[in-house]
Amino acid sequence: MPQLLIELQSEEIPARMQLGAARDFERLFGAKLTASGLTYDSIKAYVGPRRLALVVEGLPVETAAVTEEVKGPKEGAPEQAMAGFLRKVGLTQDQLTLENGVWLARIEKPGRKTADSLSGMLMDVILGFPWPKSMRSGTSSFRWVRPLKRILFLFDGQVIPFELEGLVAGNQTVGHRYLSSGEPFAVNDFASYQKGLADNSVILDHAERQAVILDKARAVCDVAGCELMDDQGLLEEVAGLNEWPVPILGDMDPRFLTLPPEVIKTSMRTHQKYFAVRDKATGKMAAHFVIVANTRAVDGGEEIKRGNAKVLSARLSDGVFFWTEDNKAGNFDGWLERLKGTTFHVKLGTMAQRVERITALAKYIAPLLKADPAVATEAARLAKADLASKMVGEFPELQGVMGGYYADAAKLPADIANAIREHYKPQGPGDTVPTGAISATVALADKIDTLVGFFAIDEKPTGSKDPYALRRSALGILRILREHNARLSLTALVKAWFANVGSGPQGVRQAADVTGEILDFFTDRLKVQLREDGRNHEVIDAVLANKDDDMVRVVGRIDALDRVLQSPQGQDALAAHKRAANILAAEAKKGALPQGEAEVQPGAPDVELALIQQLKTQKGVIENLLNAENTYEALLSLAALRQNVDAFLDGVLVNADDAAVRANRLKLLAQVCALSAPVADLSRIA
Amino acid sequence: MVRAKFSGIFSAMASQEPLSFQDLILTLHHYWSEQGCVILQPYDIEVGAGTLHPATVLRALGRKPWKCAYVQPSRRPVDGRYGENPNRLQHYYQYQVILKPNPENLQELYLGSLKAIGLDTSLHDIRFVEDDWENPTVGAWGLGWEVWCDGMEVTQYTYFQGVGGIEVDVVSGELTYGLERLCMYLQNVDNVYDLKFNKDGVKYGDVFLENERQQSAANFTGYDVDGLKRRFEDMEREVSRLLGMTGPQGQALVLPAYDHVLKASHLFNLMDARGAIAVAERQSYIGRIRDLCKACAQEWARQEEERA
Repeated sequence: MPQLLIELQSEEIPARMQLGAARDFERLFGAKLTASGLTYDSIKAYVGPRRLALVVEGLPVETAAVTEEVKGPKEGAPEQAMAGFLRKVGLTQDQLTLENGVWLARIEKPGRKTADSLSGMLMDVILGFPWPKSMRSGTSSFRWVRPLKRILFLFDGQVIPFELEGLVAGNQTVGHRYLSSGEPFAVNDFASYQKGLADNSVILDHAERQAVILDKARAVCDVAGCELMDDQGLLEEVAGLNEWPVPILGDMDPRFLTLPPEVIKTSMRTHQKYFAVRDKATGKMAAHFVIVANTRAVDGGEEIKRGNAKVLSARLSDGVFFWTEDNKAGNFDGWLERLKGTTFHVKLGTMAQRVERITALAKYIAPLLKADPAVATEAARLAKADLASKMVGEFPELQGVMGGYYADAAKLPADIANAIREHYKPQGPGDTVPTGAISATVALADKIDTLVGFFAIDEKPTGSKDPYALRRSALGILRILREHNARLSLTALVKAWFANVGSGPQGVRQAADVTGEILDFFTDRLKVQLREDGRNHEVIDAVLANKDDDMVRVVGRIDALDRVLQSPQGQDALAAHKRAANILAAEAKKGALPQGEAEVQPGAPDVELALIQQLKTQKGVIENLLNAENTYEALLSLAALRQNVDAFLDGVLVNADDAAVRANRLKLLAQVCALSAPVADLSRIA
Repeated sequence: MVRAKFSGIFSAMASQEPLSFQDLILTLHHYWSEQGCVILQPYDIEVGAGTLHPATVLRALGRKPWKCAYVQPSRRPVDGRYGENPNRLQHYYQYQVILKPNPENLQELYLGSLKAIGLDTSLHDIRFVEDDWENPTVGAWGLGWEVWCDGMEVTQYTYFQGVGGIEVDVVSGELTYGLERLCMYLQNVDNVYDLKFNKDGVKYGDVFLENERQQSAANFTGYDVDGLKRRFEDMEREVSRLLGMTGPQGQALVLPAYDHVLKASHLFNLMDARGAIAVAERQSYIGRIRDLCKACAQEWARQEEERA
C-alpha cells in the first residue's frame, strides 16, 4: 500500500515547541485524511531542530468508484418537477429508470486519485498550523515558526505537485548543518529518507535522540566515576537542540561546589542546558557537567569543552557573588524592607502588604493545624523575604529554596527555615505536601491569599486561561487540608482574609459574592481531584449536592458512602431510600408534597405503625452517629430500614383515597429520605 | 558562494593568532561590506543598544530595502563596576548588521562571518537557541535566537516583526554581535581589560580602564539628579516641538526629534543609575519615552510611504 512522506524543512524550530508541533501535524493531517474518506494504517510525525516530517502508511492509491441513487419525482408527476430533477442530477430522462412508480437517477461517482487531494490538505494544514508564535520573513506575508526553506512531498514514490511562497515541493532533503556536505539529496520513501539523514548525521526521531543522549551521557559520566542526574525536561529540550547529539563531560572548578547544589544545577540547566553530575561514591554533586554538543568536532571536542567550562565559570562566579552577598548578616530585614517597593499586583498592592496578609492568615490557621501561632506568624513574615535576594532575582525558580538556606545560615529555628523552604509546595500533582504543621500553615496562608485576593479583584480563571495559576493553588489547598486532616471552614477563611485585607488591595468586591464563587471553585476542583483518583462520580455528586465548606468532611462523607456501597448491606441501605424517593418523585408531579411528621392514625395497618416506630428510633441513632462524625455507620444503619419500608410499601397503597391517609403516608416516606439528606442526596446514585 | 569567495582568507586565518579587538571589527566590516552593506560609523548620541541607532530602528520601517553594518558604543550606566569586574562595563561595543528584507541565506551569511573571524564550525559547537527579542522602550519585537558558540551567547539574531509599535511591512534581519565577549573568547582571555586592542601591544584596559572608573563614579554618585531631571523634561519638550515643526519639503522634523528621544532615554538611564527613580515612577518614565519613540516611528513610517 502506498506511503505518504512530507518534510517541512526550516531554520531552527524552538526546542520547546517541537513535540507539540509533531502532535499537531499528526492530528491535523490525520483529520484531513479522514474527512476525505481516506483510510490509512498508521500516521507518525517526526521533529527536530530543522525539520518537521510526517509519514502515513497504507493509503489507497485511489478511492473506489461509487454509484449513488437519487430518488426523483413519482411517475406522472408534473413536467416542471421532472425538469427540475433532471437539471439537478445533470441527466436526461432516458437515463433514468422507473422503479415502483418512482423515477431513479443513478449517478456514477468515479474513484478519485489520492494523490490529487493531498496537496490541498497540506496547504490547509500549513496555513492553519497552530504554532504558539510565528513570524513573517522578507517581503512575504506567509507565517511559519521560522523561515521555511524546503518542502519534500512524496506519495507512492512520486513528487506531489505543490508550491508555497516560491518553494516548489520536491524529493530532496538536506543533512546536518555542519556535519554533512550541505548538498541536498533525493529520497524515494521513508526508509531511504531516514537512512539518508542518518548517513548525513541527522537522527530524525526525537525519541531516538533522547535515548542516544541519555546513553552516551551516562557513558561519559561512568568513565569519570560519576553518574548523570536525570532531568527529563532538560533531556527533551536538549534533544530539540541537536540533530546529531554528542554528549561531552566538562570540568567545573571544584571551588564552586561550596554553592548549594540547587544553585549549581539551576545555573547549568537554565542558562547553559547542561546536565548536572553526581559522584558515584559519595552521591554528592561532582565537579563536572555534561554538555550535549550538536557536532563531532575535529579535535575530539577539546575546544568545545574549554569554551563551555569558561562560560560556566563566569556563570557560577556570579552565583558565588550572589551567595556571599545574600548570606551577609541582617539581610532578612533589608529584604523585607525592599518588598515594600515591590508590586505584587497593581490591584493587590505591594509584596510587603501581601506578607502582612499571609502573616495574619497564618495566625488564624495555626491553631486549626495544631501549630504554634507565634512560630507560624514569624515563619510567614519571613517566607517571602528571599524574593528580594540577589540569587532569587537571578533564578526566580529558587524562591523558597534559597530562603531556607539563608534562614539556616542566619540560625533561625528549623521549623521556620523549613516553612520558608516548603511553603510553595505542592507545586503540582507530582509534588509533595509540606509535612510539618508550621510549613503547612504558611503554605495554606500563602495560597489562600493568592486565591482569595485574585477572586476579590475579579481576576478569576476563565476557560483555559488561568494566568495566576489559581487552579493549582486551590488543588494545593485541598491536598494540604486532606493530608493534614485539617478541619476548617473555607467560608471562615475567606472572612479572615477580608478581615485582614489591609490597605493593599484596591476595589475589592463584596465578601459574600467572593465567598460563594470560591466555594463553587473548590467544589469543582475537588470533583476533578477525586475523579482523577478514580472515584465514583455518582458518589461525588451525591455528597456535593449538599453545600459544605469543610472539604475534609466532604471527602470523609464521600469515602464513607463509597465504603457503604461496596459493603454487603450497601444495596439494602440504598434500597429503602430509593423506593421511597421514587414514589415521592411521582407524587410530587401531582402537586406539592405534604410537610411535617407522620402521625399514628387510627386504624393504620401494622406495617405503617412499625415503620413510624422504627423511624423514631432510627432518627436518633443516625443523629448521634453523625454528631460523632461516624458517617459510615450512620449510612450503614439505613439498611435496617429496608425490611419495614418494603413491608409498608408492599402492604399499603400510599396513594389512598382518603386524602389524610395519603398525606400521612407521603410524610412517612419523606422522613425515610430525610434520614440520609444531611450526608448526601442518595437519589443521584443509580 | 560566500564560502568559496573567502576560503583563501579563512584558511590563512585559521593558522594565525587570534584577531585583535580592532582587527575583529575590521574583519567584520570587510565581510559585511562584501555583502553589499553600507558601513556606517557609530551614532554620535549615547544609546543603550545598537538597535536604537536610527539606521536600524527607523530604517526598519517602510518598504525601502536597506543593508548596513556599524559598530555602536552601548552605554549602560547601571552596569558600571569602576573597572573592577572582568566582564561588566558601562560602555562597550556592539556590532550591528541590518539587512532589509532579510535575505533567504541570512543564516549562511552569518555563519560565514563567524568563519571570517576565526570561529570554525568543524571545531566549535554553534547553535541557534530560541530567544524572542523585545524592546518595550521603542515598541520593537522580533523572533529569532541567541547564537551560542560552545555555550556562550555570541550574537542576538532577530527577524524584526514590529518597530515603534507598528508591525513592519518588510521584515529585517538583525544581527548584534557582542564584540568584547566574542573577542575574549577568540583571544582566550578572562578579563576584558586584557584584550589585545591591536597587534602593537595596546590592551583594552589601556584604552578604557580609566574611562570606566570615572564614568562609573559619575553614573553612581556624580551626576546632579535635579539637573538630569530638568534636562530629561527639556528633551521631552523638544521632541514634541520638533515633531510640530516642518522642514523645507513640508515634512515634520522627525530625525532631530528622534535624536532627542535618545537623549531623554540616556538621561533616564543616568537617573536610574543614581538611584533617583522610585519604583512607582519607573513605569511612567518608560511609558513617556515609549510614547515619544512611537510618535517618531509612526511619523517616519508615514514619511517613508509618502517619499516612496
